[in-house]
Amino acid sequence: MTFEELTRIRKEKSDLIKVRKLVALEAEKLAANTAYRKQVLVCGGTGCTSSGSKKIIEALENELKAQGLDKEVLVVRTGCFGLCSLGPIVIVYPEGTFYAQATPEGIVRIVDEHLKKGEVCKDLLYKETVHEDGSIISLSETNFYKKQLRIALRNCGVIDPENIEEYIGTRGYEALYKVLDSMTPDEVVKEVLDSGLRGRGGAGFPTGRKWMFTKDAPGDVKYVACNADEGDPGAFMDRSILEGDPHAIIEAMTIASYAVGAHQGYVYVRAEYPVAVHRLQVALQQAREYGLLGKNIFGKGHDFDIEIRLGAGAFVCGEETALLTSIEGNRGEPRPRPPFPAVKGLFGKPTLLNNVETYANIAQIIRKGAAWYSSMGTETSKGTKVFALGGKITNVGLVEIPMGTTLREIIEEIGGGIPNGKKFKAAQTGGPSGGCIPAKYIDTPIDYESLQALGSMMGSGGLIVMDEDNCMVDVSKFYLEFTVDESCGKCTPCRVGTRKLHQLLDKISKGKGTMEDLDLIDSLANHMKSSSLCALGQSAPNPVLSTIKQFRDEYEAHIKEGRCPAGVCKELLSYEIIKDNCVGCGLCAKNCPVGAISKTDYIAPGKKLPAYEIDKSKCIKCGVCMNNCRLKAIVRK
Amino acid sequence: MSEQNLNQFRGTKAQEEQLQEVIAKHRGQPGGLMPTLQEAQGIYGYLPVEVQTMIADGLGVSLSEVFGVATFYSQFSLTPKGKHVCSVCLGTACYVKGSDKVLEALEKKLGIKAGECTPDGEFSIESCRCVGACGLAPVMTIGEEVYGKLTPDQVGKIIDSYMDKGGE
Repeated sequence: MTFEELTRIRKEKSDLIKVRKLVALEAEKLAANTAYRKQVLVCGGTGCTSSGSKKIIEALENELKAQGLDKEVLVVRTGCFGLCSLGPIVIVYPEGTFYAQATPEGIVRIVDEHLKKGEVCKDLLYKETVHEDGSIISLSETNFYKKQLRIALRNCGVIDPENIEEYIGTRGYEALYKVLDSMTPDEVVKEVLDSGLRGRGGAGFPTGRKWMFTKDAPGDVKYVACNADEGDPGAFMDRSILEGDPHAIIEAMTIASYAVGAHQGYVYVRAEYPVAVHRLQVALQQAREYGLLGKNIFGKGHDFDIEIRLGAGAFVCGEETALLTSIEGNRGEPRPRPPFPAVKGLFGKPTLLNNVETYANIAQIIRKGAAWYSSMGTETSKGTKVFALGGKITNVGLVEIPMGTTLREIIEEIGGGIPNGKKFKAAQTGGPSGGCIPAKYIDTPIDYESLQALGSMMGSGGLIVMDEDNCMVDVSKFYLEFTVDESCGKCTPCRVGTRKLHQLLDKISKGKGTMEDLDLIDSLANHMKSSSLCALGQSAPNPVLSTIKQFRDEYEAHIKEGRCPAGVCKELLSYEIIKDNCVGCGLCAKNCPVGAISKTDYIAPGKKLPAYEIDKSKCIKCGVCMNNCRLKAIVRK
Repeated sequence: MSEQNLNQFRGTKAQEEQLQEVIAKHRGQPGGLMPTLQEAQGIYGYLPVEVQTMIADGLGVSLSEVFGVATFYSQFSLTPKGKHVCSVCLGTACYVKGSDKVLEALEKKLGIKAGECTPDGEFSIESCRCVGACGLAPVMTIGEEVYGKLTPDQVGKIIDSYMDKGGE
């Protein structure tokens, strides 16, 4: 591969991809330059694949062939668009029309009416893109996308991740050329340092300093590693980047290898992400074929290659020393630091380890400069952050926003608010290491420092929204159950501490707690924070501490009144049928998943059929009966 | 069929040959034990002590080391799984939308707990942490199939559809 070849591919492909990034009018002009009249993008991310996008692509290709349109309409399977709750997602360019929850039957209509006859199937569009007056807006103009600033996710949902030329079409691998051609390793490190980029995996350590430490560490053999062991449940940005833009990671790791002086890289990725692993494998193979990985890259004398290592389901392996131990093939237990991996890491050699999202920013920082990057964000936190919005929110999905955006903008504007008219109660960030931010802090601008000040943390970017039906005691207990499971057992404060904390929470959730238990939790938590070996144990008490601080009245209701205000903690509630309101329709019994509801002999005055009753010994308190009862004859006590 | 019978090792010659190839491929590779275990589980479906022993002998590491790694990671299973592996996501996004109740309904329906296998070897239940389909929460997977936006009352019908298919 030479730079001339790279430029040639870029020129060939760039119009094709630009069509997908511009608003309609300009895009239409550009489309005329390309070989395709229309482009249909179908999301092939895990979310949409789960809701059936494979069948959509099949139906689309078959129908296009049948109609003889397959030469003028290009079908592109992309990575994640971000709006996972609306999957499978289909977008038609140059118009940018956005079809949500597509079905194979709908595809037949889209091909016939839209692609052939030019009439958009309005009833199949995402409803937010159709105005009352019938006018249609494109995807990029919706509330969900308008407020976003996509840097790490810039190619996700735009290019075909299994086609290296599409990545090159977006100026891919130019940063790598620039680095190898005209920059010294010191200059590369300085650029990253000046950008202000901080680790996106959670702790927020300045990335440039990690690079500098690894570069300066003595030793001939060094490694570059990528942490794709996204263990925080509910966070899926790393997976989406690997699925949607794998070459960005390969390019960044290669740049890093030049900066620190490494020739071998490892990507440690969860085995639970088969799509991401596959796309990465394909991308690695293509990069090798194009001479962008391997020996003498761009003819500039730098050698580098990457190997994939699969995790096997251990949360602790997201911790850097545990991850490296796991790549070495051992039980993934952490070890004390220092020495830090930059000095003594993989196989005892200096190792640079960054998270996927961190790497996803690198090539653009090199290409556009540190000043460009550091112009975004807040004083201490530069650039953007990707959040995985989940839980009780309308637009579940992936959003990338500049640091300093408020929680309110994320939840109400981008996220579309809380569904079913419920009230926003709290946002959980940082997963099992983070905490809950109550509704009163909804106007807090989000960055590393502000979240920490609220007793939470940035974490990898999971943002779970909770409404009034979520109990904070139950949520804490959920996280502790998780850390009890995932504690590796090496150090006592974490192994025993998480278990004891869980026992105390369990007791409170059953209405058997005492006020002294709250003090005990506090003192135990502080011991764990100060004496656990790694971040897992040190941060495991955070979900409990933050909820006790912000929602103390809820804990007290469980303890003093034996009541769960949100109606979640099972031991404290029961379901009952008010027999005089029951018309005996039997819907509750029919839908009960465990057969706990049966007919009685009692017929209420004015009713024709016998009433039903719930056998409390069988009831699992799932609430299905109450949701199915049209007469409100079932109550939760 | 007794449980004893179910857990008896029934590896075939062909499986063993496959395993030996895998071992040969990873012998001497730094950190090769985990990939070997992963591929071995792909061949046998689980990692009984017989397989662990072959791996230990083949790679030249002690059986205790192999056992240590195999028991550390939740992906590795030392007992066989059912023909249909039902996995309920207990990640945060699914949990706040009530996946614990889906799991409970599933456990009652099949009469086994998470981590167990039905006596006929047809179904086993697992709980997992985030399959990444948070937009479809709460989610359950059976084999490769993903069931999203579940309520506890749908579980019975879904399982019945597998009983019809696999009722031989």
